[in-house]
Amino acid sequence: MTLEHFINEAISPWMLEDGPDKDIVMSSRIRLARNFANVPYPILAGQEKLEEIREFFENEYAHQSFHTFENLEFVNVRELTPVEKSVLVEKHLISPHLVRHTEEGAVLISENEQLSMMINEEDHIRIQVYFPGLQLKKALEHAFNLDDWLEEKVNYAFDETKGYLTSCPTNVGTGMRASVMMHLPALAMSNQINRMIPAISQLGLVVRGIYGEGSEALGNIFQISNQITLGKSETDIIEDLESIVNQLIEHERTARMHILERSEMRLQDRIFRSYGVLQYSRIIDSKEAARCISDVRLGIDLGIIENTSGNILNELMVLTQPGFLQQYANRTLKAGERDTLRATLIRERLELEK
Amino acid sequence: MECQECNERTATLHFKRIVNGEETIVKMCEECAKKKGFVPYPEDGYSLHDLLTGLFNFDNLKMANPSGNQINQVKDLQCSSCGMTFSEFKKVGKFGCAQCYESFASRLEPIFRRVHAGNTKHFGKIPKRAGSDLHVKRQLKSYKEELQHLIETEAFEEAAKVRDKIKALEKGHREPEAGEDI
Repeated sequence: MTLEHFINEAISPWMLEDGPDKDIVMSSRIRLARNFANVPYPILAGQEKLEEIREFFENEYAHQSFHTFENLEFVNVRELTPVEKSVLVEKHLISPHLVRHTEEGAVLISENEQLSMMINEEDHIRIQVYFPGLQLKKALEHAFNLDDWLEEKVNYAFDETKGYLTSCPTNVGTGMRASVMMHLPALAMSNQINRMIPAISQLGLVVRGIYGEGSEALGNIFQISNQITLGKSETDIIEDLESIVNQLIEHERTARMHILERSEMRLQDRIFRSYGVLQYSRIIDSKEAARCISDVRLGIDLGIIENTSGNILNELMVLTQPGFLQQYANRTLKAGERDTLRATLIRERLELEK
Repeated sequence: MECQECNERTATLHFKRIVNGEETIVKMCEECAKKKGFVPYPEDGYSLHDLLTGLFNFDNLKMANPSGNQINQVKDLQCSSCGMTFSEFKKVGKFGCAQCYESFASRLEPIFRRVHAGNTKHFGKIPKRAGSDLHVKRQLKSYKEELQHLIETEAFEEAAKVRDKIKALEKGHREPEAGEDI
């Protein structure tokens, strides 16, 4: 797999696979933060040290395979164009931090795009593993295996009482951030989600929008993750997260049934209007697109819209992001131009489904 | 309620202004408030990181001397390995290297407690190589607990087996230690 492929395809191969509760849970992610024991963290390390680390990963792991994560592609972030960088961010393969705050950043991406290992981000190593649907346990198992594989060659910064030593004190201990991306249109429509978020945060979990910290819940997509990394085992953290996610799934399903029972015609109207907007509009901004895509996805889940694949939400969400649009156009676009191209791409994509 | 500035949008913000002891209340919409400079909106929003660096600075308050003399340098800790000082750490909210955890240890407990809901000890994964000693220690601890339980329940045959396991582990644990290369 080449960089070209990562950039040109909006949807990652693993997203097409089935997963439990995939209609509501789009993906599960495990991220582990790790560091070399005897090298200053990227925030302080000199350019030479960071280059050394980057080269180490290129030499040792480029084109290697580990279990289902095959043929790791090594990408030096510095060599990417601005548009390529935003596409990788939009696909969640690298973080905005890796683009903005480091000169020596790199990433290793597996062929199925399920594994991405960021080098010289806030920590020396950030292992990220994605699974479709709600599969936190499986994701953790794979992340742990990868972690052991890396440890064969890397001396980790680890302390008996403090655990894995990370650059930011919010990650110390397990160094793990487990997160789940959920599509919760009915809870958002009935405004229940706003009442649930404070309760969830009291349990040491965080609810955020799709592009992480500070981002809003575009298209009713919420990211739920653990905040605490010290004092609890990875398995316990994941079990807590999973139990909350399962409750949210239940509530979302109930809310969907309620809306369907009480105001089916209005719901149908809303869904088909959004479908119409996506099918026929000539100019559409990203917010409106996200809202309509969410409605259509709900329509597909409830059987109101037929003959369209549910994966379309995942695909269109990425396809309609600024970076991806510019990659498609092969040049930088002004906001107005993007809105026109976005409308065109969505129309064409929906045409393919017919 | 209408915005007092533009008389168009709804007023969502209320400001209390006290000038020479005289109190006035202004009701405005967000946009007019921004234009008038009432709301200092941060560009990127308030991130978790901002919140945290806020938390670290809790002891700054204590540093303000009541006599009015600013005490800026109250014996600042410094990491012997990377050179980062504790005040720098508080400013950026990030450690400079793994050694910083040692160097600033005396000041970190309250920070960990705040960030991790009162927790200060790691309970998760132990790396295979870097933590091989700890693996044995944890295993020994769990065997000893098992042994205690077996003795209490008078399952002596089982207890003997566990005791042998403990012995083997303790023996095996010491030998490689001599020529260890981690």
